[in-house]
Amino acid sequence: MAYAQPHPRLSVLSNSSLSSAEHLSPASSSRFSLPSAPSINTTSGPKSGARPNIYDRPLNKTRTAEVSSAAFAFLFSEIVQYTQKRVNGINDLERRLNTLGYRIGTRVLELMAWRNESASKAPKRETRFLPALMSIHTHVWRAVFGKPADAIEKSVENADEYMIIDNDPPITRNISVPRDMSSLSCSSFTAGIVEAVLDGLGFSARVTAHNTPTEQYPNRTTILIKLEKSVLEREEALKT
Amino acid sequence: MAIFGLWVINKAGGLVYERSFGDGLPHLTSNEYLVLAGTLHGIHAITSRLSPTGSSSGAHVISGETFKMNILLTATGTKFVLLTSLVEPSADSVLQKVYEIYADAVMKNPFHTPEMPIRSEGFDTRIVALLG
Repeated sequence: MAYAQPHPRLSVLSNSSLSSAEHLSPASSSRFSLPSAPSINTTSGPKSGARPNIYDRPLNKTRTAEVSSAAFAFLFSEIVQYTQKRVNGINDLERRLNTLGYRIGTRVLELMAWRNESASKAPKRETRFLPALMSIHTHVWRAVFGKPADAIEKSVENADEYMIIDNDPPITRNISVPRDMSSLSCSSFTAGIVEAVLDGLGFSARVTAHNTPTEQYPNRTTILIKLEKSVLEREEALKT
Repeated sequence: MAIFGLWVINKAGGLVYERSFGDGLPHLTSNEYLVLAGTLHGIHAITSRLSPTGSSSGAHVISGETFKMNILLTATGTKFVLLTSLVEPSADSVLQKVYEIYADAVMKNPFHTPEMPIRSEGFDTRIVALLG
């Protein structure tokens, strides 16, 4: 992307350093690095002397990094409380959690695609729905939660519904919903992630989360994916 | 070798959780439990001042003829009280595990208001699984 004039944020860096910054961190080629000090020497890049910018870090650096689940649990607990004060009704709360998860899902998809591209010779993009669903069930779950989901099911009643089942979703492990809100599932957050990944892959759907406890797994959650008609029609057309 | 009961008392002295296991303890009304917990809170505070060797935490173990109580005081002022028979050797480690379960199932639960009575299924299930 060449600008006739340097981007206003990069007014201190010359045009040549823009390409050298690209050289140093190919991952951020479409992102601008913010100068951390105005009088920085541009030829050696913004790293010398200044604190490395988080946007310039190689994306594979944190590939296998783990986040403290306790830290995330407290953050998520506060997210739920914050949202709860600003909504009226369970559906609204679920929709807001879904939106938050959506924002994460778009980034998850992009990061996974980018990492796949640098990891394998011929990374495949899923164009049919069932392989896409399988890849969500294993790869997305593994990337986000560290282990694949527990089951995939297809609904017998409706042709456009599919389900991903998690027996013990990590983000809701410590949440006990009070009895008067028993239909609330905080896994709507996960449903948002799945919805964003499906949207990014080209399969628009409405994704919701439902509690389906069993004797053995009281926290068992079902992520219900309801595909849009256009997707079903396309699948039919591609089948022949 | 038996655990009779578990109480959790918040930093103000109010009982937030109470559970009896087995039939070792007589059944008391919830009001009586509240009074007992408040009294214990007061005793704990007094005993922390009685130390002959400078500042100390309050009583850890209070024992009688047929039972004893182990008290774990956390850094935040919450007290976990375990009522057991006299020969229970692992009461302290049990209390530590209860504290861990509290940190997980209660503190991370967005539907729990701190210092209020604990009404969380997750906590109940895990405590029963731990203490039978």
